[in-house]
Amino acid sequence: MIEQDADVVVVGGGPAGLAAAVSAKQHGANRVIVLDRNQWLGGILPQCIHDGFGVEEFGISMTGPEYAERYIEMAQSQRILCFAETMVLRFNKALEIIAVNKKGMYKLKTKAMILATGCREKTRWQSMIPGSRPSGIYTAGVAQGLINLYNIMPGKKIVILGSGDVGLIIARRLKFEGAHVMGVVELLPYASGLPRNIVQCLDDFDIPLYLNHTVTSIAGKERLEKVTIQQVDDTMAPIPATEMQIACDTLLLSLGLIPENELAKTTGVEIDDYTGGPIVDERLETTIPGVFACGNCLQVYDTVDMLSFDAKKTGKHAAEHSFKKQSIKQDRKKGLTVHAGDGVRYVVPQRIFTCGTVHFTLRADTPRGISILRLTVGKKELLKKKLLGVNPVSMIRIDAHIPTEILTNNKQVEVTISDT
Amino acid sequence: MGILCQMKNFQVAIIGGGVIGSALAWELSHYKINVVVFEMGSDVASATSKANSGVIHSGINSPPSSLKARFCVQGNRMFQLLATELGFPLKWIGKYVIAKNEDEIKELERLKKIGDLNNVAGLEIHDGLLVKRKEPNISCIAGLWVPTAGIVAPYEYTIALAENAVENDVRFLLETKVFYLKKKPSHFVLGTNNGEFLADVVVNAAGLNCREIVSMIETPDFQIYPCRGEYLVLDKTYSSLVQSMVYPVPIKDLGVLGVHITPTIDGNILLGPSAEFIDDFSDTSTTKEMMNLLLQEAREIIPAIPKNAVINAYAGIRCKLASQKTGGWADYRIEESKHIPGLIHLLGIESPGLTAAPAIAKELTQMISQWIDLKKKTHVRTQAVRRRGFSEMSPDEQSALIQRDERWGRIVCRCEQVTEAEVIDALSNPLKAQTFSSVKYRCRAGMGRCQGGFCTQHIVRIMEQQLHMDARQLKLKSPNSHLFTGQVREETQ
Repeated sequence: MIEQDADVVVVGGGPAGLAAAVSAKQHGANRVIVLDRNQWLGGILPQCIHDGFGVEEFGISMTGPEYAERYIEMAQSQRILCFAETMVLRFNKALEIIAVNKKGMYKLKTKAMILATGCREKTRWQSMIPGSRPSGIYTAGVAQGLINLYNIMPGKKIVILGSGDVGLIIARRLKFEGAHVMGVVELLPYASGLPRNIVQCLDDFDIPLYLNHTVTSIAGKERLEKVTIQQVDDTMAPIPATEMQIACDTLLLSLGLIPENELAKTTGVEIDDYTGGPIVDERLETTIPGVFACGNCLQVYDTVDMLSFDAKKTGKHAAEHSFKKQSIKQDRKKGLTVHAGDGVRYVVPQRIFTCGTVHFTLRADTPRGISILRLTVGKKELLKKKLLGVNPVSMIRIDAHIPTEILTNNKQVEVTISDT
Repeated sequence: MGILCQMKNFQVAIIGGGVIGSALAWELSHYKINVVVFEMGSDVASATSKANSGVIHSGINSPPSSLKARFCVQGNRMFQLLATELGFPLKWIGKYVIAKNEDEIKELERLKKIGDLNNVAGLEIHDGLLVKRKEPNISCIAGLWVPTAGIVAPYEYTIALAENAVENDVRFLLETKVFYLKKKPSHFVLGTNNGEFLADVVVNAAGLNCREIVSMIETPDFQIYPCRGEYLVLDKTYSSLVQSMVYPVPIKDLGVLGVHITPTIDGNILLGPSAEFIDDFSDTSTTKEMMNLLLQEAREIIPAIPKNAVINAYAGIRCKLASQKTGGWADYRIEESKHIPGLIHLLGIESPGLTAAPAIAKELTQMISQWIDLKKKTHVRTQAVRRRGFSEMSPDEQSALIQRDERWGRIVCRCEQVTEAEVIDALSNPLKAQTFSSVKYRCRAGMGRCQGGFCTQHIVRIMEQQLHMDARQLKLKSPNSHLFTGQVREETQ
């Protein structure tokens, strides 16, 4: 075992991990180590060669690799230690991390730890799509990596299931490379990707979007030969006699992202069923003291800009924890639980232990027009805000002041969205 | 094709590299004879032998004096030694058959009686409380405890048999389909897509295709009734739902055991199989109806099975000699051709075929000895130590391996913690199986919850390097299952 000490160890060197590491260093953590499983830093960004990254954060539109490069340079100039091709196998509540790379097994003892483990794509089986099991079925992200990093063309005639952003962007990318994109199939009555991507990736290239449809069967014994798509009703059940067969050699799945928290779970970090990420407090600390979370393993973000914004806060809190551990030890018995009420799918943070201004991120459960967002504790209204239209695909971000007097045991902050 | 041309005369030709063909090949590899196995798939265990519950049955389900009972019980007793000798994992986790009402208790008693007659050891009927103590998620009024039931990964077991047979000079020809079979006065002629071969004895172990092989040389006196069984695989997170296998009482009139809960050797849980008689015996498609039915029936056994726990689904096909109308049950037929000496047919080898295979192989060897003088080899290469995966080792063992070879320190499949060294080892298998699935079945890369989301690109890169192939030559699992259609941009030299 190679033993090392650190102030902050960041698990994952994607955009969240890098932003958190840079921020932790800026806020005074001395020895910051980033561990990543890939050969490269930047996580998924190097394969995202389209632009649109950094608009909110830097005011210019960059490609994924360009955006990643900014943070990689910051990390290098701040002498943050980055271990590539290094996988964390486990960690314990005393913050001892066991990791492995080609040099050997490591035991890293750290004062604070940041989970930035990202997310994975939903597979065919999470949506229980029946049929045969031929070659030619990939998740959209795998296809994007094959095309943009490995010069491999997954197929020629392509159907895409799911209208998430990755699926939309890969549709356009495949079209650029001469593939026939037969259509994008979406179960919901609305697209789940950003509106700008619907226009720029599908409409501009005459790629059909089948809303209220799903793939109900897959055929082909060796390579994929065709898929059956079918219209669905309000309950998302397929409507008989609406089957349509599409001959294709490739099916790409863009069914959504699942926060990757297998490591966190094995050490007992509590997970929120709705976000799929760790339950955190206003300092983005998980239910295990000294373990913080950021990025897509905390909740799946719309844009990397917002993800980095929050990750920097995680880095700051982790740094503070690392050098004055005692002073910010919280009374975890006194605090507020944040509850996603009517109209709200989830809210982060889920716990509040200190008073003052708290930054909330949340998602609506259904699209609405002009609506009212409310934060209440019992009968007391903490915040009321008018929103000009909400959509589950767009994250809502608000700041609210939590007064000292309500910060007592067993109180609950209720967050709701309703029509005016 | 150089090697193929050198040697085309064999004493024994086995058609089919499923568990039966592989078990026979392994058994014969202990004798001084030359043996060839023709497998049309790209790897052994590429059909029914890979897609089943992986259960080593005890022998409580087949009528006394049937071949199924005899070979099952004999096979079961051979397994511990076999697993040790071949180095594949085996766990004797036992099974419960559970009763939900008084009628079903009678059924348990009937099964116990059959088991006792078949000399199955240790059968006990436990009351619901005792079952609950061992299996807290199960509610029933009684359960038949079968301690001699075990689990293996069926493909690992078949691969171990076949690979060790190859190491002892049996020839396996993958992607080689037999198109004709002729009897000449002194030998058989087998025509394949890789040329003609001669053999003194031919064993038809073609599984679902057994009737097709019979038809090449004589008139079959039987029909095959393919019966599809679908499965769902649950995430390892839920491995603690059961400790042992849990079965309902068998379904009457179908000749199958019913949807059961089976832990796998790697810590997943299987739900299934369904039982559906179909026409096309290569149609291993799964269906929405059965997926829903499996969840529903499994929840009757364990109500606590969560939503979204499924990470994969597959189907296998039982090779049945009896139709649904006639009750679905028929015994195995393991017999010499009535008209052609030196030709052995194995017909209707379905469950408990995985368990029966080593015993059937002994029987077949006996049969072959009437035509060929079998002499034991003085030396046989064995797999003395079980090859363990990186994730099963202690940190010290892991460190030591990485010091020796840094590829042990590079995790390729993160869900199952499989290293680059293990992927390379899987690719250099003695069978020369070179598909993406052959890697998966040898080292579990890609079998976890992300189903290849993270490791596909890394395994592709390793395959390109190790096999000196470019991406468009790589296959998923069978001769025409190409993974990719080409390059995005042609590379210029």
